Amino acid sequence: MSTASATTMTATPPETGLDAVLLAPERPRPPHALTATLVLSWRAAIRVKNEAVEQLFDILMMPVVFLLIFSYLFGGAFAGSVDNYLQFFLPGVLVMAAVMQTLATGHTVSLDIANGVFDRFRTMPFWQPASLIGTMITDLGRYLVTLVLTAALGLALGFRPDAGPAGMALAILLILAFSFAFAWIFTTVGLLTRSPNTIQAQSMLLMTVVFCSNIFVDSRTMPVVIRTIVDANPISHLATAVRGLVHGTVTTGQLGLVALSIGLLLAVFGPLTMVLYRRRGNG
Amino acid sequence: MNSEPAIRTKDLRKSFGETRAVDGIDLTVGSGTVYGVLGPNGAGKTTTIRMLATLVRPDGGTAEVFGHDVVKQARTVRQLVSLTGQFASVDEGLTGHQNLVLLARLTGYSRSAARRRAASLLAAFDLADAADRTARTYSGGMRRRLDIAASILSAPRLIFLDEPTTGLDPRSRNQVWDTIRAVVARGTTVLLTTQYLEEADQLADRIAVIDHGRLIAEGTPAELKSSVGDRAVHVRLADPTQRTRAEQVLTQVLGVSVRPATDPATLSSGAADPALAGQALTALTAAGVTVATFALGQPSLDEVFLTLTGHPAGERSGSEELVP
Repeated sequence: MSTASATTMTATPPETGLDAVLLAPERPRPPHALTATLVLSWRAAIRVKNEAVEQLFDILMMPVVFLLIFSYLFGGAFAGSVDNYLQFFLPGVLVMAAVMQTLATGHTVSLDIANGVFDRFRTMPFWQPASLIGTMITDLGRYLVTLVLTAALGLALGFRPDAGPAGMALAILLILAFSFAFAWIFTTVGLLTRSPNTIQAQSMLLMTVVFCSNIFVDSRTMPVVIRTIVDANPISHLATAVRGLVHGTVTTGQLGLVALSIGLLLAVFGPLTMVLYRRRGNG
Repeated sequence: MNSEPAIRTKDLRKSFGETRAVDGIDLTVGSGTVYGVLGPNGAGKTTTIRMLATLVRPDGGTAEVFGHDVVKQARTVRQLVSLTGQFASVDEGLTGHQNLVLLARLTGYSRSAARRRAASLLAAFDLADAADRTARTYSGGMRRRLDIAASILSAPRLIFLDEPTTGLDPRSRNQVWDTIRAVVARGTTVLLTTQYLEEADQLADRIAVIDHGRLIAEGTPAELKSSVGDRAVHVRLADPTQRTRAEQVLTQVLGVSVRPATDPATLSSGAADPALAGQALTALTAAGVTVATFALGQPSLDEVFLTLTGHPAGERSGSEELVP
């Protein structure tokens, strides 16, 4: 509060701090959509970092348990030997690991939105989908960690990708793209059902969808009706394309089907989520 | 200087199912003033604020903020206003500094400008020492201050404060009041809701009293108080069984209606001539009534409501306070 030091920046007395903020009313232009998304992704990352251990446990438990149980308990019966089955199953377990994580993304988003800070976000002039996409981008990081660690365990157990590291990398990218699109289903569900108690039911339902795919066994062994369902499941298309990528046998048609699913999921559930998000304040 | 009002609403309406949360409200809030919206829980205060802040779409009527329609020009309105909700709108998982940097970045400030702004706000709000602690560890008063800091970060022309001091201890409440005064002194318009007549009286240039979604009174604090009378006698008895006796004595001496309050040992008069208060106390003692406390003060919100509406400000099972 000395008399002549008003010009120095360092020893700012409290009142001047308020002046500095309020008496310079030059409002910046609203941030670019990409900036807003990255800033909100940074926010989500801080929150993940604060509970890193729990997060790691959460994302690794299921793929590790499934990989071990299915390979060692059922692998011999399914494919003649554990090693044979692992070549077939590992790409599938990667798909399952990421797809099951999308449920957690939807859950995080719906809990997060109940937070008062989202009311503030909604009254700010930035590109609104950034509030959700930011979290989803950070979650891509979680999916990536799951995929890399599960793949590493698979390699340690004897999985050998015929297409080498490049095939594995492409397969992981494809799974990430699909999961990002698939997660919008659960942001929609998360906004529709306000109660977190439905998470158990959602998890069961998603598990059923995952089982009704060719992740575990080839659909050619199934009865015709079931086989039709399984072959129409987008998760089967993804698992097939991922197998193709890691073993070097992928076709354009297989990739096209996955691209189609991604496009449809984004086109339907993206806007639906945003409408529900906007409306949430109206409830 | 600017004659354009900060807020102008006409017949503003919003229903949630059968409940008419806001039932035709006309408000005009002058630029650069503090406007208090006073009402009990469920009166429609929060819904009104949320409509003005573009969070809730009105069912009917119009609302303009600095001449911009809150529905048709929501994006423009969002650049001019800032909302501090009833439940702290800070991110508990982030530190105070991170919270402010986040919001500054989302307002459009560059990374370095955002950091500078965060630092000067934390200093101005006496939070510099707690800058790197997560907001979860903040006390109620600190959280509110961070909340208000977040609100003025974008140098908004209008800020909405929804019950800014509910649940705060008196010291924190005074700090928040000082903060609001400092913000207004620098030209920002403030619309705040409150359940406390004293708060509206302390801060607001004009007050609107709303109940059941309707505007029941509007004016300066002085006008409002003179309409309900600004001196009431509040008595607390040592022995609740003497209340009927005390009621008779007070009614007789003060010459105004006296009501028992919810607390079985207390009762309050309507507006009374302060000169008669001393006589009332003497009369009570003479009648053998043991008085624990005897106070002459502002009528409570309850009394304001009773005078204005003829019914007590009962809590309605309204949907307003539920998180939508």
